[in-house]
Amino acid sequence: MHNCTLAELSKGLADKAYSSDELTQHFLKRIKQLDSQLNSFITITEEQALAQAKAADQQRANGNSTALTGIPLAHKDIFCTNGVKTSCGSKMLDNFIPPYNATVIEKFNQAGAVSLGKTNMDEFAMGSSNESSFYGPVKNPWSTDCVPGGSSGGSAAAVAAQLAPAATGTDTGGSIRQPAALCGITGLKPTYGRVSRYGIIAFASSLDQAGPMSRTAEDAALMLNVMAGFDHRDSTSSEQAVPDYTAALNDDLSGLTIGLPKEYFGTGLSPAIEQAVQAAIKEYEAMGATIKEISLPNTSLAVPCYYVIAPSEASANLSRFDGVRYGYRCEDPKDLHDLYTRTREEGFGEEVKRRILIGTYALSAGFYDAYYRKAQQIRRLIKNDFVAAFQQVDVIMGPTVPNTAFALGEKSNDPVSMYLEDIYTISTNLAGLPGMSIPAGLVEGKPAGLQITGNYFAESKLLNVAHKFQQATDWHQQFPAQFSTKAED
Amino acid sequence: MSVEQSDIEKIATLARIRVDEKQVPELMARLNDILSMVDTMQNVDTTNIEPMANPLDANQRLRDDVITEIDQQAAFQAIAPQTEAGLYLVPKVIE
Repeated sequence: MHNCTLAELSKGLADKAYSSDELTQHFLKRIKQLDSQLNSFITITEEQALAQAKAADQQRANGNSTALTGIPLAHKDIFCTNGVKTSCGSKMLDNFIPPYNATVIEKFNQAGAVSLGKTNMDEFAMGSSNESSFYGPVKNPWSTDCVPGGSSGGSAAAVAAQLAPAATGTDTGGSIRQPAALCGITGLKPTYGRVSRYGIIAFASSLDQAGPMSRTAEDAALMLNVMAGFDHRDSTSSEQAVPDYTAALNDDLSGLTIGLPKEYFGTGLSPAIEQAVQAAIKEYEAMGATIKEISLPNTSLAVPCYYVIAPSEASANLSRFDGVRYGYRCEDPKDLHDLYTRTREEGFGEEVKRRILIGTYALSAGFYDAYYRKAQQIRRLIKNDFVAAFQQVDVIMGPTVPNTAFALGEKSNDPVSMYLEDIYTISTNLAGLPGMSIPAGLVEGKPAGLQITGNYFAESKLLNVAHKFQQATDWHQQFPAQFSTKAED
Repeated sequence: MSVEQSDIEKIATLARIRVDEKQVPELMARLNDILSMVDTMQNVDTTNIEPMANPLDANQRLRDDVITEIDQQAAFQAIAPQTEAGLYLVPKVIE
């Protein structure tokens, strides 16, 4: 059952090949047997999962079901889940039990899905390796002395190790796409505003977006059908209509124009990954696509721009963690100032504190114009590059990450080197565009991802382009052998 | 641009995060690494470029000024560190 896609499981449930109860117990057993090697879960919600599974089986018996009814999923521990610990990977929220559900969680509940538990992540979504979590690092199932990527490292590892058929993640600078690439799975960051941010613990409000992490583009489409849509409780939510994201999956690709930004194929990109990406491009040519070299001239400014905007917004969003209303509180505070300063010193990890301080500096009087306002202007230039490009091409492709998964500890002492891992993914968040990573090869036994970026609200086209590749190739069917065999059925 | 020790103290106070004296040198070095990476933006001509706050240039949506939320104070305060009579307790502020 764990070798099946979400679409196959959905059919299996509909055909009564097995029940949601059996399916859920199967994955819970796998998690218990295998997750100690990965640390991909922070909380396993066994009781609730079994209750949801029973309810789902009842729904199916009554003839009331959706594609996702009874399907077990894992959720990044950034989505508030009512009555279930939500830590955001941080000591600050280690004792936090939200009294409400995120909209994304509500939508999956209404669709009848089952929640297996909450996955590990970089603290407050700040990271590209899942090494900054209060709950310890996550291991990459392809090579357990390597990182899975971040910040949605737990979700990526869980899907790659087949501990869950699919999972949710969030992406602010690449946090769905980069771990998807390093773990050999499919990840989609929708257009900004496509999925509600209500109940997602906020990192950078103009960049954050939730999305599916799955085995296939088809599965991502099934999940996006549930996740997408206007939410009056998210003031940045888009009122754009939600199509059926599975409808155009099989559309022919002849006539598709693919743009390859020359800035994405320069120094810093590993030759082996470049080779894998070029091979993928050849597949697309064979399917009738035309390739065009384009330029995104302001690409080199994306990382500096992001590392002003994201920390600035984070400094504002994380100011709510003050030990007063919920979460961690320091012991024996002498006065209010001591309560605030020691709660935040003790509750936040080093990377989070660094980013809050950088953000505070960038926004402070005398520096706001030079840093934050300047970065917002650069942001517009980056967006303009894409708008111009999409007048010439339908989709943009390139590598997702410059290298395959690096060793645990290799970059944790060099924040700037870590930041450069996001070099290809960050522009997409700055521009607010939708982007995907799909498996496109194995380099020395570790996955390489192909990144596909689309125009605003063009998720259907993105999923179609990804799906056709997955029909012509089988990279997305490769899973690490160590976790593929069944422990016991 | 780079930060000095006094800047660190000022930023830490603004951010309400206690920074131990012993950590200041390393923190300064790390922040200065980030700032020099970020300084590459200073050389770019952005005259007449409108800053972008929202990637879709969306405007704040407004709604009617009517009550739509229900009172969940008890549920919300159940997870607080210390409360009394519906209030959140903190160390004494006024002598």
